[in-house]
Order: sequence, then C-alpha cells, then structure tokens
Amino acid sequence: MKSWLMHHLYVMQYTLRRLRTSPVSSLLNILVIGVALSLPSGGYILLQNVQGLSDKLVGAPQISIFLSMNTSQDEISRFSKQLEQHAAISRVEFVPREQALQQLQQSTGLTDVTGGLTQNPLPHAFIVYPKSNDIKVLETLRDELKTWTKFEHVQLDSAWVRKLEALLKFGRLAVLILAVLLSFALVAITFNTIRLQILTQREEIEVSKLIGASNSFIRRPFLYFGLVQGLLGGSAAWLIITVSLSLLNASLADLTQLYSSNFSLQHLSLGDSFTLLAFSAYLGWLGALLSVSQHLWQMETR
Amino acid sequence: MISFKQVSKRYPGGYAALKNISFEVNAGEMLFLTGHSGAGKSTLLKLIAAIERPNGGTVSVNGQNIGKINNGAIPFLRRNLGLIFQDHKLLFDRNLFDNVMLPLQIAGFDHRESAKRVRAALDKVGLLKREKAHPIALSGGEQQRLCIARAIVNRPSILLADEPTGNLDTDSANAIMDIFKSFHQVGATLLISTHDESILRQYQGRKLTLKQGELQA
Repeated sequence: MKSWLMHHLYVMQYTLRRLRTSPVSSLLNILVIGVALSLPSGGYILLQNVQGLSDKLVGAPQISIFLSMNTSQDEISRFSKQLEQHAAISRVEFVPREQALQQLQQSTGLTDVTGGLTQNPLPHAFIVYPKSNDIKVLETLRDELKTWTKFEHVQLDSAWVRKLEALLKFGRLAVLILAVLLSFALVAITFNTIRLQILTQREEIEVSKLIGASNSFIRRPFLYFGLVQGLLGGSAAWLIITVSLSLLNASLADLTQLYSSNFSLQHLSLGDSFTLLAFSAYLGWLGALLSVSQHLWQMETR
Repeated sequence: MISFKQVSKRYPGGYAALKNISFEVNAGEMLFLTGHSGAGKSTLLKLIAAIERPNGGTVSVNGQNIGKINNGAIPFLRRNLGLIFQDHKLLFDRNLFDNVMLPLQIAGFDHRESAKRVRAALDKVGLLKREKAHPIALSGGEQQRLCIARAIVNRPSILLADEPTGNLDTDSANAIMDIFKSFHQVGATLLISTHDESILRQYQGRKLTLKQGELQA
C-alpha cells in the first residue's frame, strides 16, 4: 500500500517535471484548453445571470385585475369573495388605489411626477395568484376574468417572462451544443499531445514492457499528464471568466448607475467552478487514455 | 524448469525459424545455445519470454504454458525472468542507477529497499562507482554489464542472455562470462545463446546446437 502510494507520488512529480521541461508548449496547450472551455462556461454564466434577473422580476405567475373607476365598495367586497371561492385561484390580494399610488412613488422614484398630480389616476386592483403554473390554464383563467363586469383590464403578468424563458431555453441549447463540440476539441488536443509524448518515449515503453511492465504501469504517467493538463486548462478557463466578468462589471457599473440600479454579473458558484475543473480534468484524462490505449494496442498487434 | 515440446515457429511470409524443437532445461543448469546467425537462437529465447508465440507445440516455464498465456499475465512472467539483450536496450535519458531501478519500480518495490538492491546489482557487475554516469559514457562491455545488472536486480530464478558477448573483445567477454558463472554457482538457471567458439570451449555446461531452425544431436 505504502509503495503503491509512493509510486503514484513519484509519477505525479514526474508529470509536473515533464510539464516544466517544455514550458512554452505546455503553456500554449493549457491556454488553448482554457479558451475552448471558457466559451461555453462564459455562455452558461451569462444565461444564469439573465435567468436570475427574470426570477427576481417575477416569481410566481400572477394576474392583475384593474377595476373600472366607478366600482363601489360593496362590489369590491363581492368580487373579493367570488375570487376567493374560485376553484383555480389560491390567493387574492386587494390593492386599494391609494396604496397603489404610494407603491408607485416608492418603487420607481417618480415622486416628482406623481407629486404634481391633482388626483390619483390609479384604479383599485386585485392581484390574483392562480393555483396552476401552466401557461394554458393561466390564459383560460385570464380570458374568463375578462368577461366579468367592472373588470376593466385583466393582465397576465408572467407572459413576457414565459417568452424570456423560451429564449433562455434556446440559449441553453446553443451553449450545450458548443460545450459538446469543444469537449471533443479538448479530448483531441490531449490525444495529440500524448501521442507526441509516446512517440518520443517509444523506446522507454518498449523496454519497460520487455522487463515486465503491465499496461496500466505504462498508461499511468500519461493519464496523470492528461489529468493535470486538463485541470490546469480548466483553471485557465476559470481565470479567463473571472477577468472577463470583472471587466464587464466595471463597465456595467457605469451603465447601471444611469438607471439607478445595482445589478452586477454574478460569478460561477463554488459548485459550478468545481464542476468546470472536474470536467476538464476528466476530459484530459479521457484524451490521454484513448491515446495511450490506442498506441499499446498497436504495439501488441504488430 | 523450461521445456519445449515439438515447438515450431513460422514468421509471417512463411519463413520457418524453428522446426519441431524439443528439449528441457533443469533448475540450476547453465545451458549454451549455439549455431550460426539466423539459426533460430533469438527466436527460441523470445518464445520463453512470450515476446513471440509458437505456431505449434508447447513452451512451458515452471509448468506454465507460455504459448497460451494471456496478455495480462505476460508482465508477471517477465518479472521472474532476467533478460539480457545483445543490443542492451538501455535508456539513455537517465543514469546507471535509474536504469537498474526501472524493473523494481515496475514491480512496485519500496524505494529504500530498491536503492539497496540497485547498488548491490551494480556492485556485482563492477559499476557501483559510476552509478551517476549516463550509459552513453560507457564502453560496449560496460553497457552489457549494466544490462546484466538490470536483469538481475529483481533476483530472477532464470536468466536468458541473447549473444551477451556478441560485439565484445575477449577480455570484456570473459568478464561477462565470469559474472554468469557466479550466478550459476548460486543456483540460477541460465540459458545463453552464443556463436563464440572460445567461450564454448572455456566454460562447462550442456550445449544445444541449432541449424536452420532444427536441433542438432
């Protein structure tokens, strides 16, 4: 057990030494892998941010009902009861016109504009939270509510979020395709690097086999090399994304200041960062495994 | 310990390297394999180490049928054999110590124990003082001795040497044969192929002569 560990440690040192002996080509390989991985990861992180933005804007779907201006208090309490008893509705919230005006002043900073008004232009409103999340059910409910008297305007608030959702789905698919293609590229890069190494160490491999090396012994240093190169490539991708995000956030700060918002792009989460590194290490390992196995197979069938 | 029963080997293209070979080597024996170049001496040794496989008959080592051995078991067979090559097959990117260390690394030996064994093996072939040198700095005879050190560091019970004195002058050749003789005296089984008449005259041991792939009486 101890000698097994020592051997792995030795192979690891050997791998790092080999990376150091050709620093320029190692660095270029790592950079190529980093750029290839940063594209889909960058796309993913941008989508995550847009997703977060849309979640923040609208949580659960809701229907806003604006009553006509001449609705009486009696009618309001009658509507309130009817809505609460409706089978498709889970919760009803009444927003009196005075409260609506206050909210408008607070949330949008339009105090100057609203302060100049001689009378409140806003109607009373109900906010209805449906039980279902399904867009078809929501639309039927909206259409039904539209037929009620005194319901001047019925609006399904989450409609545009649904559209954004569809767009995000499209974006996610595009990122996925990009990720798959570039993963192949990463495997190919490692395959080729390892192939060149095998060619320069052909003699060592052949001698080792003659004096009793198993295939896994011969594979091991190459697998380590692929793993480490993939890991470093993943780290390079992480760095590229970090630098890009901080640059984008710096210029975004100027933009959002104009809109008095404090939106900024979120970085990859700890879990996502870990996944990125693990995935790139795995792909490096896989490329090395394919390369060295193919070579050993060629040697045996020769 | 090693037995051949009606073994034949044909190479692709139809060339018959060995024809119907049968013999046995007993444990602790020193056996010489002689014959002209191309008589099949190297092929015979390669069959024992599973570098080549026979087309007919059975080759067995310690009761194991080498002709039918599966690829996964070959490394373990070779760890019990000491192979000495005419062209040495040394690695020129590392020093003497690391060259001899390789079989022990492959077998997964503890590092400190390995270092002791490596030095003992280098000492036995008279190269201990040059452990830090690179093989390129060695003479032909010294390179062959380094190859022997690498073959014996695992303490195998069987040594196979293919033309170990092939390109060497008489003094170097005798030095190598003396090393083999000392292994023979401590009980190792040796199979040495050579076409060097003076060696065959000087050293005791059974002699097998191959001629065009056939064993001569």
